[in-house]
Amino acid sequence: MASASSLGAAPSSRLVPSARAAQSRARLVTLLLAGAARRRATGPAGTSSRAAGSAAGGSGGPPGWSPGGSGGSGGPPGWSPGGSGAALGTFEIVFDVVGAGTRALAGLRPHDVVDALGPLGRAFDPPQAPAGCVLVGGGYGTAPLFFLATELRARGCRVDVVVGAATAGRLLDAVAAERLGHSLTVTTDDGSAGRRGLVTDPLPELLAGTGAERVYACGPMPMLAAVSRVAAAAGVACQVAVEEQMACGTGICFSCVLPVGGRMARSCLEGPVFDGTAIAWAELGYPELEPTA
Amino acid sequence: MTDLSVDLCGVRLRTPVLAASGCFGFGREMAGWVDLAAIGGIVTKSVSLEPRRGRPTPRVAETPSGMLNAIGLQNPGVEAFCAGDLRFLADAGATVVASLVGRTPGEFGQLAARLDGQPGVALVELNLSCPNVEHRGEVFATDPAAAAEVVRAVKRATSTPVLAKLTADVTDLVAVARAVVDAGADGLTLINTLLGMAVDVGRRRPRLAAVTGGLSGPAIRPVAVRCVWQVAQALPGVPIVGTGGVVTGEDAAELLLVGATAVAVGTGSFINPRAVVEVADGLERYLDAQGAGSPAELPAMFKAER
Repeated sequence: MASASSLGAAPSSRLVPSARAAQSRARLVTLLLAGAARRRATGPAGTSSRAAGSAAGGSGGPPGWSPGGSGGSGGPPGWSPGGSGAALGTFEIVFDVVGAGTRALAGLRPHDVVDALGPLGRAFDPPQAPAGCVLVGGGYGTAPLFFLATELRARGCRVDVVVGAATAGRLLDAVAAERLGHSLTVTTDDGSAGRRGLVTDPLPELLAGTGAERVYACGPMPMLAAVSRVAAAAGVACQVAVEEQMACGTGICFSCVLPVGGRMARSCLEGPVFDGTAIAWAELGYPELEPTA
Repeated sequence: MTDLSVDLCGVRLRTPVLAASGCFGFGREMAGWVDLAAIGGIVTKSVSLEPRRGRPTPRVAETPSGMLNAIGLQNPGVEAFCAGDLRFLADAGATVVASLVGRTPGEFGQLAARLDGQPGVALVELNLSCPNVEHRGEVFATDPAAAAEVVRAVKRATSTPVLAKLTADVTDLVAVARAVVDAGADGLTLINTLLGMAVDVGRRRPRLAAVTGGLSGPAIRPVAVRCVWQVAQALPGVPIVGTGGVVTGEDAAELLLVGATAVAVGTGSFINPRAVVEVADGLERYLDAQGAGSPAELPAMFKAER
C-alpha cells in the first residue's frame, strides 16, 4: 500500500497502481532477495520486522517457494513472478511501471534490498499424468508461464504456447518464449508482430490440432474471460491466473474478490489461479460461458 | 520486565494491542503469520445475521498515507461464523472481540444473544459506524439516540461486555459517546474510518466502485488521537480502544497517553501481517524507555500543557 514509505512502516514499496493503462515499457528485472526479504520468502513465521510488497502471485501455501506454478498477476497489478534461478538464490519479477510504487522499483540498483511477502495463494495445478497443455499469456501475464512451461515439460507434458500483446514492443521476451514449448504462436492487436488479432483467435484451432487437455492462462481479465469461453466451448479444462487489486495479499482485507461458486472468493487466498469455468464471468460484465455438452 | 497486560472492561488482555475489525479477516487467515493466542486480541470482521456479499470491485484505493475502502461488510453470516471461524479462534486460544453489524437495533440484539456465552468471545464490539452501508441511516453512530437504542437492545441480550465503535464523522462526538455509555456500553472504540472519496482524474471516474469509502491508515491518526483525548476528558473512567493509523509502538503510545486503555491495529496489518505483534514489541520498548511499568500508567504520565 502506498508508494515508498507513505504508511510509515515499510521501507519499500507497495504497489497499487492508479491506472491499468500503463504507458511505460515492461521491464524484466532480477531482484536479489537479501536479508529480510529472503527470510520472508521462506515462510510466514519469519522474524523479519518489515513487510511490504506482497508479490501475491505465488505458488502453493505459504512455506517454501515452489517453482511449479506462479499465479502471475494475482498480486498488486503489474506483477508477475517471472522465473527462478534457485541455484543463484534469485528469482525474477516482471512488472510494468504503472504508478509510484513500480516507478520506485524500477529505480532500484543491483543489491538494493526489497521486502517481499510470499509465496501466497494457490498455484496452477499441473496434470497428474502427462497431457497436452496450451499456455496462453497476455502482456506481462506471460511471465509466470515461463515457470509453468518448464514444470509441465519436466512432467512429460506437451506444451504449446500462445502469447499476445497490444504491440510488438509489449511482448514479453519472445525469444525466450520460443524455447518454452513445442510451438509458439504470437499475436498482436496491431499486427506489429506475429498474427494480427487476439490470443483467442488461434486458440480453437490449436486446441483441436494438439488434442490438448488443459489450458493455462494469465493476462488481463477480458483475455481470461475470452480464453475460458474458448476452452469451455472446446470442452477443455482451463485454469486462469486472475489480476485483482489487493491491499493485503493475505486474505484479511477482502478487496480482491471475484464471484466464484455463488460467493465472493478472495483471489489472494483461493486464487489467483481459478478454474476458468467456476468464475461467474457474466457478473463481471463478460459473456456467459457456453460449455459443450 | 514490563507487563504489557491490561484490563479492558473486566477482560484481561495479554497486550493492549488488538487487531482491528475488518483488517484481520476472521482471524483464521492470520494463523500462519501470528500466534493468535499471544496477541492482545482479535476484533473480527463484522458479522451480520445473514451472509452479505459486499460491494463490487474496485473496493480499495490508495491515498496519501492511507487508503480508502468500500468492502461493504462481506461476511458469511453469524451461523457460519459460529460454526467455522469462531470455533477455530476459540480452539486456538485467541481472545475474541466479536464485531456485530445490523440494520436495526433488533438485529444487533439478536446477534448479541446468539454470541452470548460462545466459547472464545470475550467482548462484543458494535459496528455502529461503518460508512460503507446502503443507507446513511444505518450509521447509527451519527445520531446519539439511535446509537443508544442499539446499545440498549444489545445489553438486554447479552452479559458479555460491550464496546460501541463510533465515528468521528459527527459534529459532537462526546454527545454520541455519552449517549451510548448512558445506555450501558461498557467501553468505546474510537474511531472508525472517515468517509472519503477519490477520483481517477484520467478516467474521470470515482476510484471506488461504491464511489465513497472509508479512509484509514496513518492519514487519520491525528483525528483518532483527538477523538480519544476529547472523549477521555469528557468521560473519565470509560475504557477506550483507540484505533486509527497505528503502525508502530510509538503510534500506540500516542493513543494510550491521551487516554486509551488499548489500541487496535487496522490498515497496518495490510502492509505487515505481523504488525499487531510488532506494535506490541515496539510499545514494550517505549514503556521501558519511558520508565513505565505498564501501559495503564501512560495516561497519568501525559502532560497536557506544552
